[in-house]
Amino acid sequence: MAHHTLGRALNRALRDAMSADPDVVVYGEDVGPLGGVFRVTDGLGAEFGEDRCFDSPLAESGIVGTAVGMAMYGRRPVVEMQFDAFAYPAFQQVVSHVAKMRNRTRGRVELPLVIRIPYGGGIGAVEHHGDSSEAYYAHTPGLRVVTPATVADGYSMLREAVESPDPVVFLEPKRRYWASEDLDLPVRTAPMDRAVVRRPGADLTVIAYGPTVDTALLAAESLAEEGREAEVVDLRSLSPFDDETVAASVRRTGRALVVHEAHGFGGFGGEVAARVSEQCFHYLEAPVLRVCGLDIPYPPPHLEEFHLPTVDRILDAVDRLQWESSWVPGADAGAGRPQAPRTEVSA
Amino acid sequence: MTTSDAPPVAAPPLPSLEPLRLIDDEGRRAADSARAGFELPDTDTLRALLGAMVVGRRFDAQAGALAKQGRLAVYPSSRGQEACQVGGALALAGQDWLFPTYRDSVALISRGVDPVEVLTLLRGDWHCGYDPKAYRCAPQCTPLATNASHAVGLTYAARRKGSDTAALVLMGDGATSEGDAHEAYNFAAVWNAPVVFLIQNNEWAISVPLHKQSAAPTLAHKAIGYGMRGYHVDGNDAAAVHAVVSRALAEARSGGGPALIEARTYRVEPHTNSDDPTRYRDDAEVERWRRRDPLARLEALLRSEGDLDDARSAEFASRAESLAESVRTRLAHEPHRSTDELFAHVYAEPTPALRRQRAGVREAAARAERGSEPNGGR
Repeated sequence: MAHHTLGRALNRALRDAMSADPDVVVYGEDVGPLGGVFRVTDGLGAEFGEDRCFDSPLAESGIVGTAVGMAMYGRRPVVEMQFDAFAYPAFQQVVSHVAKMRNRTRGRVELPLVIRIPYGGGIGAVEHHGDSSEAYYAHTPGLRVVTPATVADGYSMLREAVESPDPVVFLEPKRRYWASEDLDLPVRTAPMDRAVVRRPGADLTVIAYGPTVDTALLAAESLAEEGREAEVVDLRSLSPFDDETVAASVRRTGRALVVHEAHGFGGFGGEVAARVSEQCFHYLEAPVLRVCGLDIPYPPPHLEEFHLPTVDRILDAVDRLQWESSWVPGADAGAGRPQAPRTEVSA
Repeated sequence: MTTSDAPPVAAPPLPSLEPLRLIDDEGRRAADSARAGFELPDTDTLRALLGAMVVGRRFDAQAGALAKQGRLAVYPSSRGQEACQVGGALALAGQDWLFPTYRDSVALISRGVDPVEVLTLLRGDWHCGYDPKAYRCAPQCTPLATNASHAVGLTYAARRKGSDTAALVLMGDGATSEGDAHEAYNFAAVWNAPVVFLIQNNEWAISVPLHKQSAAPTLAHKAIGYGMRGYHVDGNDAAAVHAVVSRALAEARSGGGPALIEARTYRVEPHTNSDDPTRYRDDAEVERWRRRDPLARLEALLRSEGDLDDARSAEFASRAESLAESVRTRLAHEPHRSTDELFAHVYAEPTPALRRQRAGVREAAARAERGSEPNGGR
């Protein structure tokens, strides 16, 4: 087994994908000789030539728009948006064309392309380099939106994204680029549209993805020391959503907590909470809680620690999962659900 | 390693301020000074252009009538712009691609797309009715200028696969203000992509006149800043549009890079059937442009040179009439609706959540079907 970082595993995935399929092309800003600002495309131009990996003009809408055209002609473009917040100029292309082309053309034109976006904070970067933009994409039907949390998933999910007949927004948790694992590459993990249980536990379910999976696992270790067993579910795919795995876990544990870096308001955690409530209502012992970024523009790096979900914030939220008021349907009145006072609304 | 001390590239010549033309307003061969070195296409080509314009105008009138009858959800007319759409479409070779907007129905039927499939979008049956790959016509694009970069990527990919496919992008004057137009022009020039951008400058972006859109001497001048060739053409002269687009495509195909053509024309009809142009423009202006009719101009030339007789004219008219009749007949019945299709093409395979929604909608549709029966379906 060899030591691999997430960044190197993604690089290897691109290399192997390009070897496997001559139609795979990689381009974007600074992805050529520089190898990308995070070096994810390092060496690809030298190995496959400038026809297969090249620098484009600095214009994200043009990058994605040309990728649409290339995919229409049977190529498999993998384009890089340099940072989350720099991808916004391409939003029109992503929403109106990438996501809809198959649908608009009744399946006659499919767009097998991948848009790689480093996202999230935690690297001490200045503004516009730390956004968690996943909800914008996950809200758009026709896109697959996936995000790996482990080195093995980084490799496997990127290979699968390139092979997918559907367009994929591939969100790379940038602060995990340097996280490492010992493993052999190539590796194939679970299908990219399935969530996986990273750590089993009977008392509560912590639902996380991308950069917060590791935080959730650290919190689960602390909880174990307190005698509470948290099950950690790594969503991996935000869209489509793996209801089956998530609901099965919450039905076992009866409590659920969603953790993400993005602002809570209108965020992806709201969708998770709604789905869990719809599918697990009679199994829930407490409301589904969220640990999210604050409802503020991404803060300057000296303050980002207050914005990002931490182990402590997860532990605090776990404490609020109404452990004192467990109830069992049909049991004696004393153990029953407390009577909620009626709220009178004055005119 | 690349160097920054490469010799400067020779700038393409500035487009002329007067649009180049091969036929004047009265239907005579234009003076040499107006032709800028371009030759009138051969007689067969001129007759083909006129025939397609006659058919296109009849189709346009038919579609407008269907919109008034409520049989189309909306119809943006091509009337007055036939020379641009036909001249552009007929310049394409079989392997080339056309990237049209919603106003380019006449270009699409000139390219051979089934007229009923062209109207699928505007009838509200589905978003794109034709098979883009079969006709090598991209879906009609509504968010302006956003399909221009698709043409750049497509031709770039085609060239890498050994094909000499070129592309023609149709856009309007308003669309040149969009950032996506800028990005597409720049990508095309930097990549030396075989793309011709044909701007149908019809003076109006719904209600906004050109002078509020651009301060450029002509829209064709924009080409220069990107390092591509720019042409300023009379857009009501089908011969000129065809000649210039043909040359630009040939040059692009042989490695000469992209070109930007501004064709000066006019939107004679309202933006769509739901627009009210009396709020923003004078009838006198519209009348002036109606008199500069592109069909009359080409017909006058062909007749004066003895290349068009009444029999041929009647043949064009009869082809146009039978197309209109076929469109009427085929659109007379209520559209077939499939709720399953709502879910069929979102992903390659419907997701579990979409399968659940599909079942729900199927049930609702069946209930509605029963409800519309005399006994309520019971």
